[in-house]
Amino acid sequence: MARRRSALYLRRLAVTFLSAGFALGSTLAIAQDKDRTIQEIERYRQMLQDGNPAELLVARGEEMWKAKRGPKNASLEQCDLGMGPGVVKGAYAQLPRYFADADQVMDFEARLVHCMVTLQGFDRAALTKSPFSGAGQRATDIETLTTYVVEQSRGVTIAVPQDHPKEKASFERGKTLFYMRSGPYDFACSTCHGVDNQRIRLQDLPNFEKAPPAQRAFATWPAYRVSQGALRTMQWRLNDCFRQQRFPEPIFISQGTIDLITFLGVKAAGGKMDSPAIKR
Amino acid sequence: MRANIVMAAAGAVVFAGCASMMYTPPTKEETQAVIKSSFNDRGIAKVDRLNQTELQAVCSDTHNDPPKDVRARLEKAALAAVKYPTDGKWLGDFKQGERIAQTGVGMQWNDKPGAPAGGNCYACHQLSKAEISFGNIGPSLHNYGKLRGNTEQTQRYTWAKIWNTHSYNACSSMPRFGDAGILTEAQIKDLMALLLDPNSPVNQ
Repeated sequence: MARRRSALYLRRLAVTFLSAGFALGSTLAIAQDKDRTIQEIERYRQMLQDGNPAELLVARGEEMWKAKRGPKNASLEQCDLGMGPGVVKGAYAQLPRYFADADQVMDFEARLVHCMVTLQGFDRAALTKSPFSGAGQRATDIETLTTYVVEQSRGVTIAVPQDHPKEKASFERGKTLFYMRSGPYDFACSTCHGVDNQRIRLQDLPNFEKAPPAQRAFATWPAYRVSQGALRTMQWRLNDCFRQQRFPEPIFISQGTIDLITFLGVKAAGGKMDSPAIKR
Repeated sequence: MRANIVMAAAGAVVFAGCASMMYTPPTKEETQAVIKSSFNDRGIAKVDRLNQTELQAVCSDTHNDPPKDVRARLEKAALAAVKYPTDGKWLGDFKQGERIAQTGVGMQWNDKPGAPAGGNCYACHQLSKAEISFGNIGPSLHNYGKLRGNTEQTQRYTWAKIWNTHSYNACSSMPRFGDAGILTEAQIKDLMALLLDPNSPVNQ
């Protein structure tokens, strides 16, 4: 209840602030006001840092991770996230990576589904059918568990491995997808995220070819999205980018999405995880 | 002699072990197959959108910097296919144009099929001075008409830029608003008015 109230409050604050900002701009309309608006948006972002509703999801996710669930009545505590069974601390910062047991490069969400299927006996198709919650709705199990695990990598250096040949191949395919212009609007990821200091409206766009913006972006997903009152994972982030790119819908945890995350993660090497973050 | 054979055999085993770990970059075909298997139809956004046109493929492969001769060929083809207004009228209503410039809907999987799309010009360009929430991916278009004049030459050029941006700048980031069927002829006329009409907020 408290969570929902604070989420509602933050969302209302966001709407109030943004509409006030735009009204101000249309009447005064000088460059100074634009700078001031950007400063105010920055101040609003700072204010948000005081209370992140994702903290409650971290607690719920930890309980869920340790609880015996599924047809096999097992917990996820033996899940191997790449650093050995049961090691959660720092694991998110080293994903995607190659897993010999699946003979595949997997991002965190793909690995989570793998563990929920193999250890707990959940049905893969059922798990992956609706991985994202609607705006303001209760988080899905995948979102809840992701929030817990990513919190255990806060402050840990991003080090997505490039040792195994399949990890290198994943990076190369991800790079191709990043630059692939297609669909009715001819957009690629790189149209918005391959040049320095670009903006859509007033929204800054990180250039993934440069380490500092790539690190900042990669480090702060998953994030609690105030405007949607929901925790959003990296798979969701890609999904919503592709929607605006006018591509067809990326399949949740498909190899193409994992490859793209490998590309982004390698570009973000050396940054420090700071997730779950809170965003407008 | 015997020792040599044993050593050679051991070497072969080690070599075979390395070979399975050796990296060969994925071929173009392998990459395309992985990408195509990673998307589904949703709403109006079907997987056939992953089939690239020649221009899309060239711009992707060259990171938007094609060789000079290829660039010239793409621009020539784009310009030759521009459809100019059928009734000889270039300018519509700049107020409608402002609305089209503000709206970003169209052709996403959550958009209604057949609903009119926007141009979303403000996402990337400055236009009227009153709108301070504008992007910077494209150049500022404030005072576009004032600076260039509403001549027939400017009208033809501007129409072609909106219809198919590649006619003057191959591998530009801008969508092909006319060529790709995003905006109608009437909508493009309204955008033309927004840019060129002396009374438009863009030219104040």
